[in-house]
Amino acid sequence: MMPRTIRRISHLLTAHVDGLLLGAVLLLMATGLTVLFSASNASLPRVSSQLINMLVALAVMWVFANVPPHYLMRLSLPVYVVGLVLLVGVAMFGEIVNGARRWLNVGVTRIQPSELMKIAVPLMLAWYFNRYEATLKLRNFLVAAVLLVVPVALIARQPDLGTAVLIFASGCYLLFLAGLSWRLIAGIGATGMVSLPFLWSVLHDYQRQRILTLFDPTQDPLGTGYHTIQSTIAVGSGGLIGKGWMKGTQTHLDFIPERTTDFIFAVYSEEFGLFGNVALLLLFLLVIARGIVITANAPTLFTRLLAGAITLTFFTYAFVNMGMVSGILPVVGVPLPLISYGGTSLVTICLGFGILMSIQTHKKLVQT
Amino acid sequence: MPELTINPGIEFRNTQLELHHFRLRLAIMGGFVLVMFVLLFARFAYLQLVMHEHYNTLAEANRISIVPIVPNRGVIVDRAGVVLAHNYSAYTLEITPGKVGDLEGLIDELARIVDITPKDRRRFRKLLEESRRFESLPIRTRLSDEEIARFAANRYHFAGVDVKARLFRQYPQGELFSHVVGHIGRINQREIDRLENDGELSNYRGTDYIGKTGLEQTYERFLHGVTGVEQVEVDSGGRPVRTLSRTPPVSGNNLVLKLDAGLQEVVYRAFGDRRGALVAIEPATGSVLAFVSKPGFDPNLFVDGIDPQSWNELNHSPDRPMVNRALAGTYPPGSTFKPYMALAALTYGKRTPHQVISDPGYFMFGGRMFRDSRVGGHGSVDLYKSIVVSSDTYYYMLANDLGIDAISRFMARFGFGSRSGIDIPGESEGVLPSQEWKKRRFRKPEQQKWYAGETISIGIGQGYNAYTPLQLATAIATLANDGVMFRPHIVDFVEDIRTRERTFIEPKPLRKLEVKPEHIRVVQEALVGVNKEGTGRRAFAGAQYVSAGKTGTAQVIGIKQGEKYVESRVQERLRDHALFIAYAPADKPKIALAVIVENSGFGARAAAPIARQVFDYYLLGKDVKPVKDDDDATHD
Repeated sequence: MMPRTIRRISHLLTAHVDGLLLGAVLLLMATGLTVLFSASNASLPRVSSQLINMLVALAVMWVFANVPPHYLMRLSLPVYVVGLVLLVGVAMFGEIVNGARRWLNVGVTRIQPSELMKIAVPLMLAWYFNRYEATLKLRNFLVAAVLLVVPVALIARQPDLGTAVLIFASGCYLLFLAGLSWRLIAGIGATGMVSLPFLWSVLHDYQRQRILTLFDPTQDPLGTGYHTIQSTIAVGSGGLIGKGWMKGTQTHLDFIPERTTDFIFAVYSEEFGLFGNVALLLLFLLVIARGIVITANAPTLFTRLLAGAITLTFFTYAFVNMGMVSGILPVVGVPLPLISYGGTSLVTICLGFGILMSIQTHKKLVQT
Repeated sequence: MPELTINPGIEFRNTQLELHHFRLRLAIMGGFVLVMFVLLFARFAYLQLVMHEHYNTLAEANRISIVPIVPNRGVIVDRAGVVLAHNYSAYTLEITPGKVGDLEGLIDELARIVDITPKDRRRFRKLLEESRRFESLPIRTRLSDEEIARFAANRYHFAGVDVKARLFRQYPQGELFSHVVGHIGRINQREIDRLENDGELSNYRGTDYIGKTGLEQTYERFLHGVTGVEQVEVDSGGRPVRTLSRTPPVSGNNLVLKLDAGLQEVVYRAFGDRRGALVAIEPATGSVLAFVSKPGFDPNLFVDGIDPQSWNELNHSPDRPMVNRALAGTYPPGSTFKPYMALAALTYGKRTPHQVISDPGYFMFGGRMFRDSRVGGHGSVDLYKSIVVSSDTYYYMLANDLGIDAISRFMARFGFGSRSGIDIPGESEGVLPSQEWKKRRFRKPEQQKWYAGETISIGIGQGYNAYTPLQLATAIATLANDGVMFRPHIVDFVEDIRTRERTFIEPKPLRKLEVKPEHIRVVQEALVGVNKEGTGRRAFAGAQYVSAGKTGTAQVIGIKQGEKYVESRVQERLRDHALFIAYAPADKPKIALAVIVENSGFGARAAAPIARQVFDYYLLGKDVKPVKDDDDATHD
C-alpha cells in the first residue's frame, strides 16, 4: 500500500517535469546563490531572501509544467488584452518608483504589467499565427508586428528599455520562426543598413555621445561610462582562473555598481575567471539546447512558436547581460537570468521553463 | 482536423514540409546562438587573457575611488550687497532606502535617538516616492552637536544611515524676495532627463538641488558651478585613506541684482496686508529696482522638499501666495491705459492736443450708454484735461474713432500683450484684444466676430484688456524714457568669484518706438498734471520732486448698463483693483513703476500713496511712515 502511494505521489510531482532542464536550472540557481553571497558581502538575509524567491519560482514552474498547452492557448488573447489595458493604465495612472513609471496600484497590491507582457506577447503571437496557420499571408505578419510593437513602445516609454528590448526580441524570433519571408528579412536588413548614416545625422548630440561612450567609456567617467569601465576592469582582472570566491577586489571595494543585480556577472567573472565564464556559458548553452530540442519536437504550431520564443528570449537575457557587463553592448537594465538578485524576473523566467516542460510532457496526450 | 478529410495526402505533405521549414529556421537560430556565445567567449578571452595584465594593473590601482565634489552654489545679493540667497554648512541624517529593509521600523528606532517630527516623516515619505532607491535621502536636517554624538555612539545599529555634512541654501530675507529670487529644491526625474539631454548630468553628480523658480531657475547655469573630482585611495574596507589627486570644484558665479532690498522692504510695508504687485524699473536701462508680489511665501520651506501640510496651506490659501502676480497675474489696466490711447490719437492724427470735446457724462453708441465715472461729466475736455481728470467719455469717443485695429497695433509697440522677456520664468502674455485675437480665442463664429461696441470700453482699459503689472511697468518706463524701450531685467551682472570678472546683463535697447518726441512730450506733461492738479495730487502733495503719474481702477465685476458701482455694497473680493503708474523725476526719470492693489477700490486712494512712498525712499532716501488713505478722492 505505502510504496504505491509514494510512487503515485512522486509520479504526480515529476510526471510533467523535464529532468534535464530542471537539473540545468538548479545548477544555475546554485551558482547564483554562491555569487550573491560574495556580491552582497556575505549578507545572509540577502541570500535567504533570494532562496525564497527561487523556491517560489520553482513552484510556479511546476504549476505551469502541469498546465496543458491548450489551456494556455485559450488564455492567450485575454491575458494579452488585460496586459495591454494595464500598460495603458500604467502610462496614465502609474506610480513613479525609482524615477520610472512602471507600477500600477490596483487597490490591494502593486503590479508591474511589463513583466506580464514578457509572457503575454509570445503567447499572443503564437496563438495568432496558430489561428491563421493554414492561410498565413503577409498581412498576418503585419498584424503580428503591430501586436508586438504597441506594448513594446508603451514599455520603452516608461522608461524600461531592458524589458522593451527583451519583449521586442522575443517577438522578432517568433516572427522569424513563423516563416517571415527571407526576402522581407533581407529587405528590412538592407533598409536598416542604408538608413544608419541618416539615423546618425538626425540623432541628438547627447544620443550620439551615449553611443560613443559605448566605444570609449572613458569619455564620461562620472556618468554612464563608470559602470562599463569598472565592470570591464573586473572581468579583465579575473584572468584565466579568477581571484577566487569572496576575493574580488573590484567587488569588495565597492567599485562595481549594482553588483547583486544587473552587474552580478562582473563579480562572477572577477572571482572565477575565464574558466568560470566558460562553465557558465556551457550551462546556459545546455538550457538553450534543451529548449531547442523541445521546440523542434513540439506538436503544434502554437507550442513550437511559444517554445522557440521562450528559449531564444532566455538566450537574449544572458547574451545582453554578459555583453553589457563585458562592454560590448550598451548598459540597459537586463538581469543575468537565474543568477541576478531579484524575484520578479526569476519567476517570469521559471514560468517560461514551466511552459517548456508542459509542452514537452503533454505532447503524447494531445491529438494532432 | 477537418482539412484532413478533404485532401489528406496533400495536407499531410504540407504539414511535413512546414515542419521541415520550421526546423530549418530553428537550426539557423541555434547557429545564431552559438555564434553569439562564441563572440562572448572571444570577448572574455580578450579581456581575461590578452588584456589581463592591463586590467589587473588597473584593478590593483583601483584602490582609487572617484568622488565628486559638489561646488558651492553662487550667492545672490542686491545692489548694495545685501544677501538674498547664500549657503551654510550643516549636518544631516540621511537614509539610503535601498540598503534598508524595514524603513518604518528603522525610522522609529532613529526617533529614539534624534528628534524626528511627524513633519520630517511626511517630508521623507514624499522624497522617497520621488527618488531612486540608492539615493541618500535626508530624514533630519540641521542636527545639533548633541544629536550627532548620540547617533555616532549608536551608529552600528543603523546600516544604511549616515550623518553627512552638506551645504544648505538659505534665503535670509524670507518671503520678501520669494517671487524674485525663487528657490531651489531636490532634482526630480524630469530635471534629470533634461540635464541628460543637455549633456550636463555628469556635472550634477553629487548635486541634489537645482533651481526651481525665479532667478535660481533662470541663472541655474551660472549659479551651479563645475563639479570637482577627487581621487581617493581607499583601504581594503573601502574607507578613504588619503587623497591622491583633486580637481577642485569651481564655485558657481554670484548674481548681483539691480534690485534694492531697502526699496523692496518699503514696498512690502506700504502694502501692509493688502494683496497686489509692484514693479519698479530704471527707465534708462530697464533694470528692475523693486519687484513685489503680495502675499509671498517663505522660500526656505522648499529647500529640503516641502512637507505636504505646508504645501497644502500655501496652495489652498484664498490669497494664493504662490502666484507671482507681478508677471503672471493679468489685470485690466483701467484708466492707466489712457496715456497710451492719447499718444495713439496724436500719432494717428485722430486728435490734436488742443482739440476740445464735450463730455456730458456719457457716450451713446448703438443705443447703448457708456457712462463716465463722474456723473454729469467734465464739460469741455482737451487732451491734457482728459488725462488729468481722467475723462472716460473722451476715450470712449477716441476708441471709436481709432478702431480696434489701430489701437492694438499701437499698444503692441509698448509691449502690451507680449512677454517682456524678463529674466524670471513664468511670465504671462496678457491679452491685447484685436480682431485676430478674438478669432483665435473663441470657437463659435458668432463669438469670433469683433463688435464695434466692444472697442468703446477698450479705450478706457476695460473689456478684454488684461496685462501683467510687469507689462504696465515696462510701458510706463518706455514712455518716461521718451519711447526707447528696454528689456526689463533683474540681474545687473554675473560675477565670477575667482577672477572677479563681471558679465553685465547688457542694457541694450529693444527698440525705439516710432512716436514723435513732441507727441510724447504732450502726454508726459499731462501725466505731470495728474500729480500736480489731477487725480494724483493728494498722494503727491508737498513732494520735493516733480513726478508724473496716472491713476486707474480695474473692474473685477461687470457693471450692468445704467447701474452705478457702489463700493460698500460689493463683497471685498469683488471690489475693484486700484492701479497707479508713475515715474519721477519728471524731467530726468530715475524710476518708473506700476502698482496694483487688489480689491482696494480707486487707484488714487489705494495705489498712488504706495508710489509716493517708493519715490520718497528712492529719490530722497526718506523712509516715511504710510500716509493715511486719501478718503476725498472719489474717482480716478
